[in-house]
Order: sequence, then structure tokens, then C-alpha cells
Amino acid sequence: MSGELLEARDLRVIRGDREVVRADRFAVMEGETLAILGPNGAGKSTLVMALARLLPASGELRFRGVKVTDEQAYRRRIGVVFQRPLLLDRTVLENAAIGLELRGASRRDREARAQGALARVGIVQLANRRARSLSGGEAQRVSIARAIAPGPDLLFLDEPFAGLDAPTRDAAIADLARAVRGEHLTAVLVTHDRDEALTLGDRVAVLLDGRVRQLDRPDVVFATPADPEVADFVGVENILPAVVTRVTEDLTELRVGEQLVETTSLPPAGETFPLMCLAPDDVVLSRGEIASSARNQFAARVVRVEPIGRRTRIVLDCGFPLVAHVTRRSAQELGLRADERVVASFKATVPHLLPRHRRN
Amino acid sequence: MELIANGLLEAARRVVTLDPDLVDAAAATLVVSGVATALAILTGVPLGAWLGRARFPGRDLFLSLVNTGMGLPPVVVGLFVAVLVWRSGPLGQLDWYCTREAMVVAQYILAAPTVIGLTAVAIQSVDPMLPIQLAALGASSRQVLAILVRETRLLLLTAAMAGLGAVISEIGASLMVGCNIKGDTRILTTAIALDTSKGEFGSAFALAFVLLLIVFAVNALTTWAQQRQATS
Repeated sequence: MSGELLEARDLRVIRGDREVVRADRFAVMEGETLAILGPNGAGKSTLVMALARLLPASGELRFRGVKVTDEQAYRRRIGVVFQRPLLLDRTVLENAAIGLELRGASRRDREARAQGALARVGIVQLANRRARSLSGGEAQRVSIARAIAPGPDLLFLDEPFAGLDAPTRDAAIADLARAVRGEHLTAVLVTHDRDEALTLGDRVAVLLDGRVRQLDRPDVVFATPADPEVADFVGVENILPAVVTRVTEDLTELRVGEQLVETTSLPPAGETFPLMCLAPDDVVLSRGEIASSARNQFAARVVRVEPIGRRTRIVLDCGFPLVAHVTRRSAQELGLRADERVVASFKATVPHLLPRHRRN
Repeated sequence: MELIANGLLEAARRVVTLDPDLVDAAAATLVVSGVATALAILTGVPLGAWLGRARFPGRDLFLSLVNTGMGLPPVVVGLFVAVLVWRSGPLGQLDWYCTREAMVVAQYILAAPTVIGLTAVAIQSVDPMLPIQLAALGASSRQVLAILVRETRLLLLTAAMAGLGAVISEIGASLMVGCNIKGDTRILTTAIALDTSKGEFGSAFALAFVLLLIVFAVNALTTWAQQRQATS
């Protein structure tokens, strides 16, 4: 990554009397894939539409440091893929070439570049098919080819895989990742899917209620969420009230429920009563105490066992409520059932402390 | 029954021998209605496309007026155009009264609202995200409209056909501003009315047959084009 490709300042989108999106400063770095992650209704699509100058928004956009004034010229430097493919009633090749046609490219040039774009998303063999005869996955690949064919400097992808079945979606994500990374494209990917954000994002912006609450590398966002709502959205199910009992140079001791927990995370400035965040994936379950570097080990009672997809969610009582995620196989091997006794452990490096109240 | 039988026989003779009066009336019909419809398409499609997309105060009222225009009584249009082109009227210096030009103007006024209104409906039927997608691809407003028109071509063909249908069978306006001059402004509908009033049913039947043939041919051609596009 080098400098800022796109920068938005004081970006506001107002609907009626409601401010639906607000970004005081938002930048997309050259060469990165920035994932905008948020729940439905958070304003992700609205933010992207505002960044692409496709809806009225106040504020300033700077592209490579230059203020955007000619919206059409700006849009000819970007590409946008929406959730629905929105193809024209033409052939696949003609659809992929439409952006170049609008830019006045010669027939030969646009066909050659459209063919190249179709090849990059793995559907060059469909070039002469009518767009209306395609499956959902094929149609969405055409819309990606259409967006990349003119060679945009910046690609916006607004939940492009949301309507696809799982295998098609996985294949499309892999193709997109190859196309984006292979050409060192700068991309902004809107998604509500944490795995998608983790797979494709160099950085992740968590958008809640129209505001960017946190923008950082995925590992940072997922390990140290900025506030309890971000923590909740990125899947940190254990958000527990704690009391700081001791702070040493490299450890913080907390009372959580009836237990003492040690963490390397420092309490937020001046907070004696922070919230302790702990991702369920970071909790290890065993039948007895294990010799490990985990400083926190607690005898626990299994309260509930809930299968969730390929994993199992275990709700525990270990003097404080704790949720752990294990694979289905682990759950079977450990014979996890309600009221069984287990040992729950996690490393001191894992808990993350947040102020109890969000600071604006 | 004999009256009808004789009429049909006379009609067949006139059609087979390409009766000059019949050919003149058919040609005048095709020219007047064809030009009026073509003008209605040329102006009505862009206007309807714009109307389908634009949002401005009074748009609903404007659309209501266009829709009202689809049901304009031809005699009212005839009266309006006749007053316009009357020798002492506002456009009297054009000397268009009792000419094909005046008939084209009257038929244009009858066809245009149909083309405008149906085009607006066709454009409104497009996925509202498609214009945004086109804008995102760098299309100008004009390019967006042109692509939407192309995308809705099947519906626009129906609009054009409805426009032609609104004028090819009308009689009131054409009679009032064209004056039914033989070999010039006499079209199939005005000729049928005249021959019927004179009791010349054979000639009227022949004219009616040709009129029906033209309407059928135009509709068959349009349907073929629609089906060809729909299945391609």
C-alpha cells in the first residue's frame, strides 16, 4: 500500500431529517482491499453510493489528492458492482464491454478488453451467450468483468456475493480475490459477512448506525474491537463487566463474576470497571486441567450445547458466564452435554478491555 | 343479402384490378398516418423517456395530461387544428387547410400522447437500480436514456404500434382538416364514409378491406419483431 487513493471529508448523507451516513474522514489507500463490514441497515451501501458519487451527499471527495468536481469523469475512473448483476439484454461480451462503449472505445478495443476481463473472472467461454440465460453466479461474474474491463483505479463491490449459494459464492470470492490481487486493484468491499471481510480485506471498517466505528487491519479489529457494539458485531460474544483489582507492569488482574482473570491488556485510562471482551474461538475446553501457557483456567459447568453450522456453541458457567466455540468433532470427542464438568482456559493475551461506556 | 353479396363482389373486383381511387386512398393513408406516427415516435420517445425518469414539481399533472391526451376525441383535435390553420387563424399563412400537412398535424396530436405515455410507462418499468448502475459505469444522462430506450424496445414497439393504431382508423380530424379531396387528402377512412353515404357499398367494402389489411400487416410485422427480439 502506498498513499491515499480516495479520501472523503465530512461526508454526510441525509434522508428526511435523519443523518444516515456520516464519515468525518475516510480514506482508501492505494492498492488495498478495504472491507466495509456492518449489519443490514448500517448504511454500508449508502456509504459506497456516496463514495461513488451515485447519490446526493455533502462533503468533499479527493481522488489522488485532487478534489472531485466532475462526477462523470470521476465515475469513469471507478467501477461499481452491486448485489444484483443488473445486466443489459445483450450478449455477455457486449455487457462486459458496455463501460468501454460508454467511454467511446473502438469496437475492436472494447471487445478485446472485455474478453480479457471475462477471462479473468473465468467465464470467457460464455462470451456469446445472452445475458438473460445465465445463472446467478455467472451473471454476477459478468458484472464484475464489466466493472474491471475499463481498468478502473478503484473498484467498489457492494455485497456482490450476497445472493449466491455457498459453493458458487466461495468460487466467486476466490475468482474476485485473484482478479483484484492479480491486478493490484484498489477495492472497497461491502459485506455483512465477517469471513468475507477477513478473507478479502487488507483493512476492515466496521460501520454501525451509519458511522465508521473502527478502521484497522482485520486481526486488530477482531482481536481488539473499539467498543462493545463493534465487539458484538465482530463475534466477540463474551463481553463481561469486570473490576480492575491490580495492575502490574505487564499484567492486569480483574475480577469477573466470582473469578480472577489475568490479562496483558491494559485497562482503558481511568477505568476501574471496564468490560472484558473475549472471542469464543479463543476459549479452549478440556476434560481436566491441562499443562499449557494459558494463565486463566476455570472449572466450568456446561449450561447449553448449540450446534451452529460446522461449529458448536458451548455456553458455560465458570463463576461468570462464558461462551466457547469448538468444532463439532471436538464437541463429540469431549462428550459435551449440559451439566457436564469441563475446564475452560484462555491465554492472558486474549482478553481485551474496553471502557464500559462508548466515548465519542 | 343481395346488397352485401354485390358489395363484396364489387370490392373484390376493385382490389384485384387495383382500382386507382382505392390505390390513391391507401397511399394517402400510409403517407399521412406513417409520417404522423413517425413524428410522434421521434419526439414522443425521447420526451416519454425523459418523463419516465425525471422528477419535477407538476410531473404527476403533466402525466395526467398526457394520459388524457391518449383519449382525445379526433373531432376535437380536428376542430382545434382547423382553427389553427384556417385562413384567418394563427397559422393561416401556412395555407395548410385542406392539405395533407394539416392532416399530419392533427394525427400527430392524436398519436403523440399515446407514444409519450406508453414510453414513460416502459421506462418506469425498468429496474430503478439500472440507471444507477449505468451512471456508475460512467454513462452521461443522455447515454443512460439511450440505453434504457434500447432495453425497453419491445415495450416501445408496442407504444409505436398503439400510436399508429390511434391514427390510422380515425376519421373525424382528417375529414375536418383535410376536406376529403379526391386523389389528395382522401384517405381510406374518409373515403369509406363518403362511399357509404352515397350507397356505394362495393367501393366502401373494398376500402375497408384494404384498411383492415394494412392494420393487420402492421400488427403482424410488429408482433414478429417483438417475438424475434423476445426469443433472441
